[in-house]
Amino acid sequence: MPNMSLKKNEMPAQEPNVRNKNFKEVALGYSAETAVDEANRCLNCKNKSCVAGCPVGIDIPAFIQKIQQEDFEGAYSIISASSSLPAVCGRVCPQETQCEGKCVRGIKGEPVGIGRLERFVADWHNEHCTAAAERPVSNGHKAAIIGAGPAGLTCAGDLAKLGYDVTIFEALHLAGGVLVYGIPEFRLPKAIVQKEIDGLKALGVTVCTNTVVGRTITIDELFEQGFETIFIGSGAGLPRFMGIPGENFKGVYSANEFLTRTNLMKAYKDDADTPIQHAKNVAVVGGGNVAMDAARCAKRLGAENVYIVYRRGEAEMPARKEEIEHAKEEGIIFKTLNNPVEILGDEHKFVSGMKCVEMELGEPDESGRRSPVEKKGSDFVLDVDCVIMSIGTSPNPLIRNTTKGLETNRRGCFVADENGLTSREGVYAGGDAVTGAATVILAMGAGKTAAKAMDEYIKNKN
Amino acid sequence: MYKIVRKKVLNPTVTLMDIEAPMVAAKAEPGQFIILRVDENGERIPLTVADFDREKGTVTIIFQIVGATTEKLNHKNEGEYIQDFVGPLGVESHTEGLKKVAVVGGGVGCAIAYPIAKKLHNLGCEVHSIVGFRNKDLVILEEEFGAVSDKLCMMTDDGSHGTKGLVTDALRQLIESGEKYDEVITIGPLIMMKFVCALTKEFGVKTVVSMNPIMIDGTGMCGGCRLTVGGETKFACVDGPDFDGHLVDFDEAMERSTMYKPFERSRHEETCNLFKKEAK
Repeated sequence: MPNMSLKKNEMPAQEPNVRNKNFKEVALGYSAETAVDEANRCLNCKNKSCVAGCPVGIDIPAFIQKIQQEDFEGAYSIISASSSLPAVCGRVCPQETQCEGKCVRGIKGEPVGIGRLERFVADWHNEHCTAAAERPVSNGHKAAIIGAGPAGLTCAGDLAKLGYDVTIFEALHLAGGVLVYGIPEFRLPKAIVQKEIDGLKALGVTVCTNTVVGRTITIDELFEQGFETIFIGSGAGLPRFMGIPGENFKGVYSANEFLTRTNLMKAYKDDADTPIQHAKNVAVVGGGNVAMDAARCAKRLGAENVYIVYRRGEAEMPARKEEIEHAKEEGIIFKTLNNPVEILGDEHKFVSGMKCVEMELGEPDESGRRSPVEKKGSDFVLDVDCVIMSIGTSPNPLIRNTTKGLETNRRGCFVADENGLTSREGVYAGGDAVTGAATVILAMGAGKTAAKAMDEYIKNKN
Repeated sequence: MYKIVRKKVLNPTVTLMDIEAPMVAAKAEPGQFIILRVDENGERIPLTVADFDREKGTVTIIFQIVGATTEKLNHKNEGEYIQDFVGPLGVESHTEGLKKVAVVGGGVGCAIAYPIAKKLHNLGCEVHSIVGFRNKDLVILEEEFGAVSDKLCMMTDDGSHGTKGLVTDALRQLIESGEKYDEVITIGPLIMMKFVCALTKEFGVKTVVSMNPIMIDGTGMCGGCRLTVGGETKFACVDGPDFDGHLVDFDEAMERSTMYKPFERSRHEETCNLFKKEAK
């Protein structure tokens, strides 16, 4: 019997006032019983509109049916046929605009909790299945992947399964890209990311950390070394600043720096050697998921007041609704329709405040969002000692500056066709390096598409 | 893991190490830097490449013991390993077409100035090196500088070795005595570089400085290393570390370098105490 409840089963979570003081995972996951109950809300529609909403095309009704039958490993097999990082996606995908956004149950009531079910299945598998992945038979071809983030890991996994000898080159000392330096532990435990990477290694993938392509080695040298095809998933790591006075005062961070110190370098732990400012009053400028992550980290590091300062309204925020809600529950103060104009400093050049103006929404701009207009004479000073700029990133210029024949657009992103092929033969690209800052799942989708195209390219060549 | 193949104590606070890192050694050029992590909990610190041996596959680093990380690094011995070593990062020093250059180094900054002096010398450029230290005990690389310099001015603050005075005193004398330099390249404490730049600006001599601000990734990701150069924000890790010294806002750079001073001081003390306990 289908479960006709209009509401999703609630996700058990740490209490807001407890979790905003620790870095442990916020959402605790469904029990098997809850998962089956939630799975029973799926009507197993014939036209599977949810699948169309998934960037990697997971057969969603099929895996949910397996949950209904309590065949959790069977559900895992279905998911992992399409997605190489299910435990990650179940946690960080914006399901409300993807699979769940298309769910028929969402027309009247809430959609099926597809993301929560995916997470349940992946966690169940990680906990119960110890069988090592079988190493595919080698096809004798070498592929190089640049960047161990979501796009690169997905591409590597798919190519390895097809028998390629895959090497991933990663600039940082740890593989995972944004999954380890950006997304905080409380939203995506690093042990989960490590497990996914260990899974790739079990498939025979080699991970070379501490290797900056464009500096340590170039794309042309990789070809000389015998790699036949290359995927660039180098992300969009270059932080933007606003260009307002006072941005170089001590206590102004890019979200990248603040999150990297906290997550990758573990500055929140007492035994880490990497310092971070434990500020009292923090302003995070921006309205995306990264801004929410930075704000929630700042709170956990002990800040009394953490503000999200965003020039448009809450409805215009690009962050996932769930992240906004979680942030609010944890006591983050939202100052929407406010825009910083200057950062103030004390005599030692530490941040002492941020001057803002109030905004109002005018006509919709080219992106369709109503553009904010300054309210004259509305300026005020927000009392903060730390400012975190979370207003976007652009691709790193290192690879484009050191590789001939790689076309980029005016924003510095690689130009690639729908299969990820760049302007150079055998070189593919995907993820933020092509699109500019976007989501984990879109990067994974691009890695997947490219892997397929790379395989076809090698087959046709030989 | 990266092996320490040679360790040499240059003076009580400065140590040299050759690190086995063939891929870095194959590409390194003077002016570039590396980032290392001593152990699993370690922070990432940038150190400028002091020398490299492409055949042996080693990169030389010279560091001053100033905080917890350099203290830990200094406790490592030949044959032991460090966790991470990545590079070469940043843009190499511009040396092409220079005919006569004054290389001005201060303290441990001489470790970075030396490979540039050496490269210029090998390219046939006339090199005048001015090196400054607090006192005789802290002098490093004197012989090495001697071997690649057409003129070497050794300066100490207290006159215990070479001439008593600051590097700027020697540089002023040389310029005033009629030496015409295509460029002055200066590397050392921020305050020293600031005054070298003030001097050369007076005489209109182009001056290049090497900046070594706080950074994490070294690839342009964090923006922690940003500086104001000619009114624009630059990232030392990807735009530098070399910059036109007459355009750098040194006062801001000096302020920014003190961001974590209290943390660094307490962490250094903790680390020292830990090593003392182990020694007992």
